Amino acid sequence: MHAESEIRIPLILGNKSYRNISDDIIAPIEGKAARGWYALTTLCALCFLWGIGCLAYTIGVGIGSWGSNNGVDWAWDITNFVWWIGIGHAGTLISAVLLLFRQKWRMAINRSAEAMTIFAVLCAAIFVTLHTGRPWLDYMLFPLPNQFGSLWPNFNSPLLWDVFAVSTYATVSIVFWYIGLVPDFGMIRDRVIKPWQKKMYGILSLGWGGGARHWSRFEEVSLVLAGLSTPLVFSVHSIVSFDFATSVVPGWHTTIFPPYFVSGAVFSGFAMVLTLMLVVRKIYKLEAYLTVKHIEYMNIVIIVTGSIVGVAYLTELFVAWYSGVEWEQYAFLNRATGPLAWSYWAMMTCNVISPQLFWFKKIRTSIVATFILSIVVNIGMWFERFVIIVPTLCRTYLPSTWNTYTPSFIDIGIFIGTIGMFGTFFLLFSRYFPVIAQAELKTILKASGEQQKKDAAAHAHH
Amino acid sequence: MGATAKNKHIIHGVFGDEVPMMEACKKLRASGIRIKDVFTPMPIHGLDGVIGLPRTRIAICAFIYGITGTSLATLMMWYMMVHDWPNDIGGKPTWAYYFAVPAFIPITFEATVFCAAHGMALTYFLRCWLVPGAKAKNPDPRTTDDKFLIYLELNDEQAKKAEEILKGNGAEEVNHKGSFVVEPSYVLEESH
Repeated sequence: MHAESEIRIPLILGNKSYRNISDDIIAPIEGKAARGWYALTTLCALCFLWGIGCLAYTIGVGIGSWGSNNGVDWAWDITNFVWWIGIGHAGTLISAVLLLFRQKWRMAINRSAEAMTIFAVLCAAIFVTLHTGRPWLDYMLFPLPNQFGSLWPNFNSPLLWDVFAVSTYATVSIVFWYIGLVPDFGMIRDRVIKPWQKKMYGILSLGWGGGARHWSRFEEVSLVLAGLSTPLVFSVHSIVSFDFATSVVPGWHTTIFPPYFVSGAVFSGFAMVLTLMLVVRKIYKLEAYLTVKHIEYMNIVIIVTGSIVGVAYLTELFVAWYSGVEWEQYAFLNRATGPLAWSYWAMMTCNVISPQLFWFKKIRTSIVATFILSIVVNIGMWFERFVIIVPTLCRTYLPSTWNTYTPSFIDIGIFIGTIGMFGTFFLLFSRYFPVIAQAELKTILKASGEQQKKDAAAHAHH
Repeated sequence: MGATAKNKHIIHGVFGDEVPMMEACKKLRASGIRIKDVFTPMPIHGLDGVIGLPRTRIAICAFIYGITGTSLATLMMWYMMVHDWPNDIGGKPTWAYYFAVPAFIPITFEATVFCAAHGMALTYFLRCWLVPGAKAKNPDPRTTDDKFLIYLELNDEQAKKAEEILKGNGAEEVNHKGSFVVEPSYVLEESH
């Protein structure tokens, strides 16, 4: 154990013991769910059901039921895919990058952020699976030996890179998450009394015991997985951006896309973590662990990534002008002043201006303001993907193909459905799984607990 | 060397805090007692050194799995795009592997991470025998919550000494969990 500077604000408030941490984490699992939990779960499940209906309809009649058309052949499907996969990035960033940087505040949020990553990637997967048009043929995306004259997938194509990137990302995130969950399931198994719970958590815990050898392997595995996930998370959104950047469409064919997409992903992901965390904190009374300081740290990440995104928008405009390429210039002019200009300005307001409000300490430490702004940021990031895709495809090289776009009822239904699915899964997770990585949290109690810090300070001044 | 059967006592030293537990571990080791295992609710830094555990080699496994992934991906793409069905897609021919190598980098990277991460995770689960339906490995259920337990298997003489050390260093409980007989051929003298 090492002592921490007194001026560092404690990360665990109140006078908590190891036992108290177990008690607080297990409370939602052992106790009855709050009324708010039932209300929210019902609402999300209904949206999810609606989404399943629209999804089934799409599979039945084909993607002609969407608003996409001959010119605008990518629309809400890819917008939603990129949006969801971007949201997922915060989970990996918190659990992997912040682990490598030894940021202790990540410990209160990493578990739920990782869960969010997995659910967001599942939502994204729905869109990429469906947008192929015939999802029952999606196995052809994989390099399987086949009967089509041994015709292989095209490894030159970023769309195929995406298949590999997203499937690697999804499976590695699940494994990373589960390895962290095992010790916590062990704690729950040893604490719960109801027989069915004992059995269920017994199976989930895989027989975890917490012996010294196991912990030492656990720590090594976590560290190496963090090291692997860090480049992985950057590669995934870079490859998603290649889907656009390697095309020859004006407004897409830019080298700034990979870093710009990655920072945008982290930006929206942190906003989503904040939205969820503020709800979880309230429902499960976890204010002692998810403190205002945590919220402030995350808001600082939002300022940084939001500013990078803002700079990227301006750079795009500058480069379009400086390139002297008429097509490129028109693509941006069209985004800002064309028929869908309102979406461009919605994006600019939500993503560039709104996060700058967090420069004020009052705003970035206010829970209400953070909650509202976190939602605003995600709306903005959704519009960013929409602006990149739809207005661009409405006005491509041939004026005879110029077109407009309106989403169909089914488009909206599937999108709302994924939000419902995400919410349902997250709420179920928060009720039955340990929402905070309690074993990891116990390692910082002595150094960062409020009472423990006070005791240490009192001891030092004698 | 022991020619007769020996009695081994199972002793649990239970602590409420990691600091005295670490102290006790150091003292036990100093007096030549082998610590079989220590069960803790969370990872304790430096504990493996104190009880004399060698560093885990799981990261080496990860490296081997990783380069396996790199090789498999390279072989796959070479076979499919160059050997089996060379093609010229969008003016980018794949007549030789090096023609298209930049396009192969993303998937090579992803496959490396995929194999390293999953291979290591699988090794971890199997090496620790963390499998669905496995019996809980902690001897006392409180060790996943807030208790720290030193697990010892000792002969009569060492058991007495260990008990003194554990009590003298703030163990909340010292529990005898029975004893078992070790056949003469299995008795190894503790050297450290």
